[in-house]
Amino acid sequence: MSQSGVTVGVGHAELMEASPYRMEKKKLGMWIFIVADACTFATFLFGYGYMRVGSQNWGTPFEFPTILNGIVMTFILLSSSLTMLAAVQATQAERKASAIKWLGLTMLLGTVFAVLHLREWFKMIGEGWRLFSNPTGGAAQFGATFFSVTGLHLAHVISGVIALLIIMRGYNRGRYDGSHVETTGLYWHFVDLVWMFVFPLMYLMNAR
Amino acid sequence: MHDMSAQATTHHAPPQGFIRKYVFSADHKVIGIQYTTLSLVAAFIGMALSWVMRIHLGWPTAAIPLLGTLSPNGAPGGVPTPEYYLSLMTMHGTIMAFFVLTAAPMSGYGNSMLPIQVGAADMAFPRLNMASFWVTFVGFVLACATFLIPDGPPISGWTAYAPLSAVGPVAGPGQGWGQNLWGLSIAAFCVASLLGSLNFIVTTLELRTKGMTLSRLPLSTWAWFINAWVGLLAFAVLLPTCLLLVLDRLGGTSFFIPGGLVVNDKVLPHSGGSPLLFQHLFWFFGHPEVYLIILPAFGIVAHVMPTFIRKPLVGGWKVITFAMIAVGTLSFVVWGHHMFVSGMSPYMAMVFSVPTLIITIPSVIVVLVFAASLYGSNMRFTTPMLFCLGFISLFITGGIGGFFLAQPAVDSYLHATSFVVGHFHFTMGLSAIFATFAGFYYWFPKMWGRMMNETLGKVHFWLSFVGVYCVFMPMHLMGFTGAVRRYSSFVDDFMVPLIPTNRFITVFALLLGAAQLIFFYNAIWSRLKGPKAPNNPWQATTLEWDTTSPPPFDNFGGRQITVYHGPMEYDGDASVMQNSPEKSVAGT
Repeated sequence: MSQSGVTVGVGHAELMEASPYRMEKKKLGMWIFIVADACTFATFLFGYGYMRVGSQNWGTPFEFPTILNGIVMTFILLSSSLTMLAAVQATQAERKASAIKWLGLTMLLGTVFAVLHLREWFKMIGEGWRLFSNPTGGAAQFGATFFSVTGLHLAHVISGVIALLIIMRGYNRGRYDGSHVETTGLYWHFVDLVWMFVFPLMYLMNAR
Repeated sequence: MHDMSAQATTHHAPPQGFIRKYVFSADHKVIGIQYTTLSLVAAFIGMALSWVMRIHLGWPTAAIPLLGTLSPNGAPGGVPTPEYYLSLMTMHGTIMAFFVLTAAPMSGYGNSMLPIQVGAADMAFPRLNMASFWVTFVGFVLACATFLIPDGPPISGWTAYAPLSAVGPVAGPGQGWGQNLWGLSIAAFCVASLLGSLNFIVTTLELRTKGMTLSRLPLSTWAWFINAWVGLLAFAVLLPTCLLLVLDRLGGTSFFIPGGLVVNDKVLPHSGGSPLLFQHLFWFFGHPEVYLIILPAFGIVAHVMPTFIRKPLVGGWKVITFAMIAVGTLSFVVWGHHMFVSGMSPYMAMVFSVPTLIITIPSVIVVLVFAASLYGSNMRFTTPMLFCLGFISLFITGGIGGFFLAQPAVDSYLHATSFVVGHFHFTMGLSAIFATFAGFYYWFPKMWGRMMNETLGKVHFWLSFVGVYCVFMPMHLMGFTGAVRRYSSFVDDFMVPLIPTNRFITVFALLLGAAQLIFFYNAIWSRLKGPKAPNNPWQATTLEWDTTSPPPFDNFGGRQITVYHGPMEYDGDASVMQNSPEKSVAGT
């Protein structure tokens, strides 16, 4: 949080008992954020399941050529978790240039994911998909759940890319250290993990 | 590894200048005071709304002075319309449940006291803490802004049941921008609460001073810690629920709106949504929410009582703490008991009825521990102690009503009657308020550095105590006769005989309100003119009483704090501070 480096009080450092969890506070903070965010995604996915089970004409609009986009996106996002891992390892080994390279690559993969996702969105919107209408004649909830669930995930990816940019610049200038990269990495892996729920539930289950 | 100890202590510098010091302050003590003040203002507004409702219930045709001028649409000539009555009720519930009962005992006192109680210089993330307060403030402003738009506030209640809340202006006044603002306000409150919970959890786990093991935490800290977990999981579900509601309202989706719905002779263009889904999602938050309100109350009473009964609570820290953990955990599996008559499967009602009866066990353990601890004590009848006793009385009274409502067969009859209104005002409303008052009188010297007037405090207690019973007991009786809640005026057939009862309640509600003015006067007068508070006016043992009143910027003036004892080292007049190496008096 604060980087001012001004310490209030004398010798507070010696006062603090070693944390029982051996974890920095910002890292623990990120884990707790992830717990809350997981609940938020779970709520959206629960709503999707409720709508889907309650519907008599759900429909399965994805088929082989159109699902390919989703498969490529999944591959890209999974790869970005690997490059993020490489970036964290590079910071721990104090190889700065390498860490910057891997962070850049992670951002690039994240951006490609977002671009592919938006391209798919625009294509679907062009076909007449809306939050409230289904051009194939099935349940209107398909558009509502698809756009809201994937939209929430996409917002997380885009925020993640921006966060990575900020952390990468700070790390490059020595304002942030490896722990900041690691904490951001936790978030990035979480976003990836969520996609591992979103992809089967929103794409594979809706494929012919 | 990283240098963790340095991490924990690098704090912001003491701020210079008025704005940084008192407005956009990152100091947990200032933020705690800001939250408490916001809650006081909110409580006053919420209370004023209930006065208008009560007057209308007692005298359905009477014109209320000024109201016609303040709200020409809602109360033409000063007589509230049925819709305006619902608006008042919605905002009374929203303001009281969120901005008073959730905010004051948790964010207000928790921010003020938790870091000091664990021996830290501030919260783990001071700037995030500042953000939580100001986002809450924005939420409160948005909620109040609903009164300023022509249609007035929403009419769908604090639970915002769909489809009424989801279909938009066609459903009635306030269902346009009123409901939109409501959704945004609650979404802001969710974000702020999530940030606050995160901060509380990390502070409790990471910033405890040397010797402050989990078993030595003051029980108020335990309550805030457990509560932060409950809030983290509950508000993380309410936030997306608000988003889905807003999507239904503004994005044209049909999550919560069924097909073929006819409102005011118009068929709505929605299809396939489920109002039940909204109830499930809302109550998955909503039931933990009532425990979000009562858990800090448990913590405050458990913290304040040993100081004035001069002995440890029965069972030490363990019984209360594990009971609170049980309450917090079980609170997530009982939400369906709000939905017995919602059209949910009757088998599901059984599924939710059983844990509902089970959750009463740890709740009863908590109050029984409080009551049993009184036995053989040299009680000091200070104002905070009186409010603790009031809490025990109100919680037990309200809890007994809970046994009736937990059973689907009985609830089918009592659901949506004023029995429910009386029940929840006792359990999660007034008992939490009494604990909040106990905390206010107890911590006021520490937060503001002045003593409050004891005589006025005692007058405030007795008037409030009698007033609360006179207001909410008759509501239980009215519920048995079938008085429906949310009706604005009881002028139809079977409810006419209840008008005298309503007038009785109204008179005492106004007296109860007047008694709160004594409290407001006492708080303001004491803040300005009260005698200066010593460091430890109550001979208490926890760390917040081992520093000046109010504490310096870093809480302990740079002293080394090492903790040797649990928080309940009392034996009659003798007591040992948590950070004193002296021998313990009570053997904890």
